[in-house]
Amino acid sequence: MAKAFTPGLTVTARTTYRARRVLPIAGDVLVARGAQVNADTVVAQTFMEGDAFPMRAANILSANPKDLSGLMLKKLGDTVAKDEPIARSKGIFGMMKTEVKSAADGVLESISDATGMVIIRGPQHPVAVQAYVSGEVIEVIAGEGVVIENAVALIQGIFGVSGETHGPIAMANAAAGDTLDEAHITAAMKGCVVIGGARMTAAAIKKAKTVGAAAIVSGGIDDQDLRDFLGHDIGVAVTGSERTGITLIITEGFGDVAMAARTFKLLASHAGRVASVNGATQIRAGVMRPEIVIPLDAAHHGSGGGPAAAAGGAVAGMLEIGTSVRVIRDPYFGVLGTVAALPEQPAVLGSGSRARVLEVATVDGSRITVPRANVEVIDG
Amino acid sequence: MTAPHAASSSAKTPPTPDRIQVIVATDCGSTTTKAILIELVDGHYRQTQRGEAPTTVEAPFADVTLGVTNSVTELQELSGRRLIADDGTVIRRTSLTDPNGCDVYISTSSAGGGLQMMVAGVVRQMTAESAKRAALGAGAIVMDTIASNDNRKPHEQIQRIRELRPDMVLLSGGTDGGDHKKVVELAELIAPAKPRPRFGGEYQLPVIYAGNKDAAPAVARVFGAGFDLSIVPNLRPTLEAENLGPARDRIHDVFLEHVMAHAPGYDKLISWADAPIMPTPGAVGDILQTIARKRGINAVGVDIGGATTDVFSVFDGVFNRTVSANLGMSYSISNVCAEATMPRIMRWVHLPMDERELRNRVKNKMIRPTTIPQSLEALVFEQAVAREALRLSYEQHKAFATTLKGVQQQRTVGDAFSQQAGGGTLVNNMKLDLLVASGGVLSHAPRMEQTALMLIDSFEPEGFTELAKDSIFMMPHLGVLASVHPDAAMEVFEKDCLIFLGTCVAPHGEGKPGKQCFSWTLSGARSAQGTMAVGEMQVLPLAHHESCEMTVSPEKGFDMGAGPGKPVTRTVRGGTVGLILDARGRAITVPDAENERRATIQKWLTALRVYE
Repeated sequence: MAKAFTPGLTVTARTTYRARRVLPIAGDVLVARGAQVNADTVVAQTFMEGDAFPMRAANILSANPKDLSGLMLKKLGDTVAKDEPIARSKGIFGMMKTEVKSAADGVLESISDATGMVIIRGPQHPVAVQAYVSGEVIEVIAGEGVVIENAVALIQGIFGVSGETHGPIAMANAAAGDTLDEAHITAAMKGCVVIGGARMTAAAIKKAKTVGAAAIVSGGIDDQDLRDFLGHDIGVAVTGSERTGITLIITEGFGDVAMAARTFKLLASHAGRVASVNGATQIRAGVMRPEIVIPLDAAHHGSGGGPAAAAGGAVAGMLEIGTSVRVIRDPYFGVLGTVAALPEQPAVLGSGSRARVLEVATVDGSRITVPRANVEVIDG
Repeated sequence: MTAPHAASSSAKTPPTPDRIQVIVATDCGSTTTKAILIELVDGHYRQTQRGEAPTTVEAPFADVTLGVTNSVTELQELSGRRLIADDGTVIRRTSLTDPNGCDVYISTSSAGGGLQMMVAGVVRQMTAESAKRAALGAGAIVMDTIASNDNRKPHEQIQRIRELRPDMVLLSGGTDGGDHKKVVELAELIAPAKPRPRFGGEYQLPVIYAGNKDAAPAVARVFGAGFDLSIVPNLRPTLEAENLGPARDRIHDVFLEHVMAHAPGYDKLISWADAPIMPTPGAVGDILQTIARKRGINAVGVDIGGATTDVFSVFDGVFNRTVSANLGMSYSISNVCAEATMPRIMRWVHLPMDERELRNRVKNKMIRPTTIPQSLEALVFEQAVAREALRLSYEQHKAFATTLKGVQQQRTVGDAFSQQAGGGTLVNNMKLDLLVASGGVLSHAPRMEQTALMLIDSFEPEGFTELAKDSIFMMPHLGVLASVHPDAAMEVFEKDCLIFLGTCVAPHGEGKPGKQCFSWTLSGARSAQGTMAVGEMQVLPLAHHESCEMTVSPEKGFDMGAGPGKPVTRTVRGGTVGLILDARGRAITVPDAENERRATIQKWLTALRVYE
C-alpha cells in the first residue's frame, strides 16, 4: 500500500491541553501546584528592567570621556529625577558651566570612560503572566511560571493575527456556509469570541472591533480586506504581535470558503462557554498555528480520561485508503472527502506537470483526482 | 541511535570512493525534502531514482528527519531497494553485493530559511548598509537596521531591539585604524537592551562584531555574560573597500552551530549523515564554479526555492553568491508580490485573471506552502510570479557582486559618500555564456520551453547565452557528493543533471516594433537564414549535439557584443528547445494597454510553444 505524508490541522472535541506559562525573566510564581485557575488569573509576575536612557554626557560637557567621572554630580546607583543635573563641567574660571540633566526618572546605571556615555535606567516595568486557559496547575517551575492542564476542545486555524485573548463563544451565523457580515455582529458580543461561518467581511471586522469583541473567527477572509484591516500587506507569515484591538482567525484559508462543518458544529456546541484564543501564526521554522481552546467541564470529560483517539484509526498525517482529507488548493479548494485510491505512479495534471496523485471520494458523492501535495488530513 | 539492520548509525568518515556504489542524498529545503538515488550502473554512476516529501518542521512532528525518511521511502518504493530501517533511519549495506541499503548517505540543508537577524552600523548609508548586505547575503531576514544616524532616539532604538527577539546580531562600524567611539556606543546601546532570543532562557544570543578592529577589545568588554561574541575582520575596513565574506561566513557558521542546532531533528540528521551537512547554497555554488572553471566561461546559476532565491555568478573567474532571503515561491510568495507589485506580475499573464482572487491564491500558497498548481491557469500565474522573484533576486545579486569589494580605488571624499560612483557590477549579461536554472518552479516546469522563457524574461541575457536546467534539482546533492566522491559527482552531473535547453540569441538595444532588428545565417549541422523584426521571438530546432556557425547582423541601435550594428559570428549549440531568437530588445517591455499586452504575450508564448 502506498503511503504518503501530509501535515494536518487539529480539530478535536477532546484532548489534553498543556499550557506552559512562564515569565521572560525570573520572578514570582503566585499559584501553587493543584490550584484551579481561570484564563485571566495572574499566575506569575515580575519586574522587567526599566528602559535604558543613554546620554552622551562627555559630549554635552565638551569633556574628555576619561574625565567624566570627575565631573559627575551623582554616583553609580543613585536615584535621579528627570531634568535633575547629574554632571557639570568645570566651566571657564568657574563660569559658563554646562550641565547634563537626567533624561528620565531612574537610577544612574553606568558611566563609560571609553565613550563618555551615561546610562539612566528607568523605573521597572511590571510584567504579569496570565493563565491564558483555565485549568489545574500541574507543575510549578520555580521562579518562572507554571504548567496548566485541562481537558479541552481544540481547534487550530490556518492563519491569524494578534495574540492571546479569551471570552465566551458567540455564534454569529447559523450555518458554516453563511457569510459573516456586519449585520450579524451585535452589541451583546462585547468581550466575546465571535464565530462566523464562511468569509468574514471587512465591515464585520470593523463592527466587531467597535462593539468590543475579543476575537472574530470564521472560515475565510479576502486578503484585500485583511490588508485594509491591518493597514499593510503581510509579507512573511509571522504574526501575533499586531496591536489591532481584536484577534482574528481564519480556519480554512483566504477567499470565500466555508468553515469545515465539523469545526462549526464543534464550536456551536460550546456556545456561551469561555474560549481562549491566540492568533499568533508562524509558518517557517518553528511552526505555530492560531488556536481556539475551549476548556471542558466534567460533563464532557467522559469515562477513561486521557486524550480522544483519532477518528477512523488513521495515523495523524498519514495518507491511507479511508483517511478523511480536505483539498487545500484550487480548483477544488475546500472540498472534503476520503482517500479512495493512492496510485503508485505519477499522473499528468491539467498544468502539464507530473505528480503523485490520489483519488478522493467527496462528501457529495463524486470522485476527483488531486495531487497528493494538495490535501491535508482532517484530524480528530 | 543504531538500526537493527546494518550499521545505519552515523560514521563521520565516509567510505572511500572504491567502496561507494549506491548513494542516497537528500536536500532539506524550506518546503520540500528531495531525495535521489545514485547507483553504479555498467561501470558508470547514474542517478536512477528520485523522491520527495514535505519538509517536516511542522508540529506535531517537528522533526526534519521525518521528511528525510519519507522522501527516501519514495526511493525505496520506486527502486525496490530497501533503504529505510524499521526505526526510520537510512540503512547501510553490509557488503558491495548487499541488495539493500546504501553505501553512503549525505545531505544538504537550506540554512537560510529560519534566520532572523538584527544589524547595526555606525552610518546608515555606509557600514549599516554593508552589514545589511552581509546578512542578506547569508540568507538572513533582516528585521531592522540600527544606525547612529537613523533618526531614532536611543531609547526608541533600545525598545525596538527589545521587541525584535533576533536569532543573532551583526554589529559593524568604523574603518580600521579610525575612530572607534561610535561603534562602542552602539555596542553599549545593544547590550543593555538585552535582546531576548526566540529560543528561550538558555540560548546565549550570538553577536558578530565586524567593525573597526581597534575597537574589538572595548566591544568584547561590553558583551560579557549572556552573549556569545564572535569577532571577524571588518566588513568595511576602508571607505572604499568592502569585505563581506568573513562576516557572511561567520553568520552562516553561527547559524548552523546555534540556531539550526535548535531546529527540530537537525542534531539527528547530523548523526545520520556520513559527511557534514552542507548548506544548499554552498553545494550549488561549488558545482557552478566547477563548471565555469572546467569550461573557461562566465556563468550564472539560480536556485529558486520556497523561502529564498540563491543567485550564483562567475564572471572573469570571480565567484559571487547572494541569498535573497524573502523572495521565494511558497513561504515568501507574498513578499514577492508585495515587492514586485501585482501589475508587474500580471504583465506576464496572457489569461484574464481577477486580482482580488489572485491575492487570495497567493496567501493560500503562503500558508500552505507545499501545494502545487493543478490547473494550467494556476501554473501560468505561478510562473509569472517566478519571473518577478528571479528578476528581483538578480537585481540584488548585481548590486552585491561589485568591484567595490577588496579593490583599492583612488576616490575623492565625495565619491566615498556616494554609493553610486565607482564599484560597478561584475555582472555583464553580454559576457554571460551559460545560465543554469535550479529549484522547483524551474526544474519541475512541465515543458522545457517554460523554463527557457522564464529564464530569458527574468535575466534578459544578451548576445549568445546557453540555457540549461538542473533536470530534477540535484545540484545540491551533487555538490555535497563531490565532497566524498568527486568523480561520481561529475559523472552524474554531466550525464544526468544538466539538461541543455538551447541558446538564446538576443541583441541589446531598442527599436520600433515591426522594424528589422537583425538578420541571421546558420551553417553547419543546419543551414538557414532569416530576419527578425523588433518584438518578435522565434525558435529554430537544433539539438544539443548539433552545432552551427551562426552570424547575426544587428541593425543600427542593436548590439550583439561587437558594437552597435556590427555582425558577430559564433558557434552555437542547440538543446531540448533549440535556438531561441529574441528580438524584443533589452530591456524587455510589454505594452501598457491590457488587450495589446495580452496579445503580445500570447504571440511570444505561441512562438515558443510554451503552453501547448
